[in-house]
Amino acid sequence: MSIQEIQDEIVDEFSMFDDWMQRYEYMIELGKSLPLIKEQYKTDDNIIKGCQSKVWVHAELEGDKLVFTADSDAIITKGIIAILIRTFSHQKPQDIIDANTGFIDQIGLKEHLSPTRANGLVSMIKQLKLYAVAYQTQLN
Amino acid sequence: MTENTLDITQIRKDFPILNRKVNGNPLIYFDNAATSQTPKQVIDTIVDYYSNYNANIHRGVHALAQEATEAYEGARTKIQHFFNAAKAHEIIFTSGTTHSINLVANGFTAFLKKGDEVLVSAMEHHSNIVPWQMLCERTGASLKVIPMSKEGELLMDSYRDLLSDRTKLVVCNHVSNALGTINPIQELITLAHDAGAAVLIDGAQSSPHIKVDVQKLDVDFYTASAHKLCGPTGIGMLYGKSAWLAKLPPYQGGGEMIAEVTFEKTTYADLPYKFEAGTPNISGGIAFGAALDYLNSIGIEAIEDYEHDLLIYATKQLSEIEGVKIYGTSKNKTAVISFNIQGIHPYDMGTLLDKMGIAVRTGHHCAQPVMDYYKIPGTIRASFSFYNTKEEINRFIEAVIKAKKMLR
Ligand SMILES: Cc1ncc(COP(=O)(O)O)c(C=O)c1O
Repeated sequence: MSIQEIQDEIVDEFSMFDDWMQRYEYMIELGKSLPLIKEQYKTDDNIIKGCQSKVWVHAELEGDKLVFTADSDAIITKGIIAILIRTFSHQKPQDIIDANTGFIDQIGLKEHLSPTRANGLVSMIKQLKLYAVAYQTQLN
Repeated sequence: MTENTLDITQIRKDFPILNRKVNGNPLIYFDNAATSQTPKQVIDTIVDYYSNYNANIHRGVHALAQEATEAYEGARTKIQHFFNAAKAHEIIFTSGTTHSINLVANGFTAFLKKGDEVLVSAMEHHSNIVPWQMLCERTGASLKVIPMSKEGELLMDSYRDLLSDRTKLVVCNHVSNALGTINPIQELITLAHDAGAAVLIDGAQSSPHIKVDVQKLDVDFYTASAHKLCGPTGIGMLYGKSAWLAKLPPYQGGGEMIAEVTFEKTTYADLPYKFEAGTPNISGGIAFGAALDYLNSIGIEAIEDYEHDLLIYATKQLSEIEGVKIYGTSKNKTAVISFNIQGIHPYDMGTLLDKMGIAVRTGHHCAQPVMDYYKIPGTIRASFSFYNTKEEINRFIEAVIKAKKMLR
């Protein structure tokens, strides 16, 4: 599936919920399904700055696609990163670079987009895209 | 005593913000240690200033300038009385506690040398650590830490051992923002003076909640931030004993702080203006005075009793929740509860409480050394004020239980 298709699917899933509790319960569930980073990659180098909770991300090429694994010590943060990874993992770096992340707003997580919130959603997106840029240069 | 001494329903009507909703729920504001809410008496004072007598102070011959000057200097006198300083000129207007501390730390550059020591407590806000580290870097003096116990109390025996003729300065908060501990500063000050050291007390967290008498304490420097005292942001004060302020060199140069300026030499103005360069935060200063009037009209002792009651009530309820661990368990505390729940990250709890309209602080509270001491990334901090109620605490407890179920 393309990034856009996955995002549409996520927007669909979230549209079933009519209150914040269900949305957050679902995010917590998603957090538990996050493809976990290998312990050896849980280094300070892989920590995303600007998060109140710790977030580690690792990226690796499989053929021409980028695969992400991650972890966090906070479960809601894990849910958020799980949503991002579901859209970005197993995609071509260029597609990740070009991707629009407006769907975050549509699924009612807009508040997490505020850079002042210190949960680092903005930093996470930036970091994932930076990985894509780095690997794109490698592919060229 | 306690609850019946304050008419909370009436008091709450003074705070427009308490009527608002957050995420569909009535706001419960439990982040008072970060900043307090503002009563309409203070808001009206600011509006009145800009509507009726906005002018630069100390310089004009015209009526507005005189009215503004009188109001601003009147506020200084109110602050003097609130802290029971001997003289109005011992009160310096600053932008807040951080500015006050930096002013003193800069001044002390002239007094310290290699081998001298500055003692700082283990439970300080970064604002009362970093300026002293910078001072030590500039002068070659060294920074020594007064340790604390697991309960969050200073180890006074270790403090006594640290004091020596090398100690030039002791800095400590009156109340810890991360733990709520009320420190035994009277004893701390006396011991420091016996050793020949000066003392700066960070009063950011104490001034809103307990009666402070700088003369009785015999403290050399004391600080406060108006925004934690029902006043506006961007204004605060430094109290300094006359003798110290006279000795301390000016911090910033500019207008207002001079007696005479030629290109060869400038002589400085008398206290307090020596430390007040440039056009100050005039409306803020006046509103700071109005905030103290407001607190006085309720009575600090009544506030202290009422908040203590809230603290005991909330601590008991919270402790009954399985997995809760409270950091800062001293018997002497203001109404601050820093806690974690086993297996739950403070950030997750804070996020869900916000969804339920409850404002708490999560994280390290600008006191990373305290978090490192307990080996935790942060805590959830609920801090109460006199406009909070037991009903709000009940709703908070229900919300914590609900969030805990979702997160585990
Ligand atoms: C104990 C303590 N010291 C210093 C400060 C800094 O105060 P301000 O930001 O008003 O300068 C705070 C504020 O959180 C505090 O709680």
